Amino acid sequence: MELLKRQETWNITYTHALGETASWFFVQLRDHAKLYGKRDAKSGRVLVPPRAFSDQTLEPTTDWVEVGPGGKIETFSIVYEEFNGLPPPPYAFGYVQLDNADTAIGGFFKGVDLTDPKAASEKLRIGTRVVTKFAEKRTGDVLDFWFEPV
Amino acid sequence: MSGRVGIIGIGQSAFRSRRDDASYPDLVREATTLALNDAKLDLDGIEAVVYSLSPDAMVGIGNAERVGVDAVGARNKRFLRINTGGATGISSVAAAYYHVAAGACDVVLTAGADKVGECGDSQTVLNKIWDPTYERQLPLGTINMLAMSAVRYMHKYGMTEEDMARVVVKNRSQAAKNPNAHLRRETTIEEVFASRYISWPIKLFDCCPQSSGGCAMVLASESYIKERNLDAVWITGVGHCSETYYIGDRMGTGFTADHADAYALSRCFARSYKMAGITEPRKQVHVAELYAPFSNTEFHSIEAAGLADPGQAPAMLREGDFQLGGAIPVNASGGVLCTNAIAVTAMVRVAEVALQVWGRAGGHQAQGARVGIASGNGGDHQFFGTIVVEA
Repeated sequence: MELLKRQETWNITYTHALGETASWFFVQLRDHAKLYGKRDAKSGRVLVPPRAFSDQTLEPTTDWVEVGPGGKIETFSIVYEEFNGLPPPPYAFGYVQLDNADTAIGGFFKGVDLTDPKAASEKLRIGTRVVTKFAEKRTGDVLDFWFEPV
Repeated sequence: MSGRVGIIGIGQSAFRSRRDDASYPDLVREATTLALNDAKLDLDGIEAVVYSLSPDAMVGIGNAERVGVDAVGARNKRFLRINTGGATGISSVAAAYYHVAAGACDVVLTAGADKVGECGDSQTVLNKIWDPTYERQLPLGTINMLAMSAVRYMHKYGMTEEDMARVVVKNRSQAAKNPNAHLRRETTIEEVFASRYISWPIKLFDCCPQSSGGCAMVLASESYIKERNLDAVWITGVGHCSETYYIGDRMGTGFTADHADAYALSRCFARSYKMAGITEPRKQVHVAELYAPFSNTEFHSIEAAGLADPGQAPAMLREGDFQLGGAIPVNASGGVLCTNAIAVTAMVRVAEVALQVWGRAGGHQAQGARVGIASGNGGDHQFFGTIVVEA
C-alpha cells in the first residue's frame, strides 16, 4: 500500500535571562576583552565559566579571579561532518584550562590546518599551550573569543 | 519489601532505520503487545505503566506520552513518564521495579518507542541539551562530547583508533546473530578505518545508528509469580548515580571525576552490586549489556563495571575476553553501537541480559549465563542506571 509521510519544522523563540554572574562575566568580556572565574570556597577551585554557586556545597561562590589569556588544551575534537544548524565543517573546538583557572572552558581552536586529521590532532594534543584571541567587535558571547596554539 | 521482583515478559521490535508502516503510538503498542503476549497476560492484568520517553524533540511530538497513553492501555491505571536522556529506558525499568518493591502494585508494565530516523536533525536537537548561557553557541553534540572523552582516554591510557575499531568489529559480528539488531552486517578493522571521520577520533563506523522501534517489559512481585507458577528471572540489584553538569569541570586541576572515565557509573555499579551481593564482578558476572553508543565508550563502561582495571579494557578486548565465547561477553546483542532507539535503548540493555540469564537469547546466547548486568547513561555523564538480573 501507499505509505504517506508529513514533514514539519519546529522554530521556537526564547529570550533567556543570564543572571547576575554570567551577565558580569559577559560584560567584562564584551567591554574589556578579559575573562574571569569565580572561586568555590570549599574546594578553592576557580570555576571558569563562573557560576553563582558551588556544585559541591550549593554555597555562593566567592571572589572573582582574572584568568588567561594563556592556557593549555584539556581536550578537543575536530568535526568533519555537516550537521543542520551547526557550523560548516571542518572545525576544531574543545576545552582549555586558562592560567589561574582550575576548570576548563569551551571554545573554538583556530590557526590550525584541519585538512589532515592526524596532523591536526597532533597540533591540538592535550597539554598544548594556547593563547586566547578576542574578536574586534564583541557582543558578550562565548564566540567573542577563541584559542590558538602558541 | 515482601519479596523479590521478577521479569515475566519482554517485547522488542526488530529495529530498523525507519518504520513507515507504523506511527509512533503504533510502535509503542507493538512492543507492549509483544511483552503482554510473552507474559501471557491481558491488559487488565497490568496495574501501572511506566512510560519510557527521552527528549520530545526526537519524536517531534511535545509530551508524546500523551499520545502514548492509549498505546500502553493506561486508561484508569497509574502512569508515569520517565526521562533521563539516554538512561531513560533503564530508569523506567527501575521505576517499574520500585512500584512492585514498594508493595504498591503486583504487576507493572514499562514501555516506549523511538523513531530517531524520522528526526532529520538529531545532533541539532542534542545540541539543545547544553545551557544557553555559556555553551549553546558551541557546536556541542553527543558525538563530539564523547569524542572529547576518547581524546582524554587515549591520552591517559594509550587507547588507539585500532582499539576502537575492534569494538565495532566485535559488536557487529554479535549483532549479526541478533535478529532484532539494526546494523547486522559484519565488518572489519580495515572497513572501520575506511569510514569517514565524523568527529575526530570517531569515524562513521564508530557511531551508533539512528533506530526506530520499541521495547516493553512486564515486572511482577515474587508472590504473584509463585502463586501462578510463572517463569521469571529476577532483578537483584538496582543502582543510580549522577554527575555534575560541566564537562570542563571533569578536567583541569583538582577534579573529582575525569571526562576520560565514567566515575559516576562505577559508583552506580557499586550500588547495584552491593544490593545483589556481588563482591567480585569478574568472577560473579557472566554477561553484560553496557550502554556505549560510540566504540570508545565501551572501554570506560567495562572498567566502571569492574570487569577490567582502569585502562585495561582495550587489551582485554584484544584478547577476546569480551566477545561471545570469551570470559564475560559484553553487548552480545550488538549493543547500542548497532541499535539506538534512544527512548528505549537502555531498556533493551536490561531486556537483553534478562533474555541471556533466562537462556532465551537464541543465536547470540552466552552459554551458561546466570548473572547479567545492564547499564544506561544519560546526558553528558549526568545520569547513570545499573541493574543486575539473575536466573
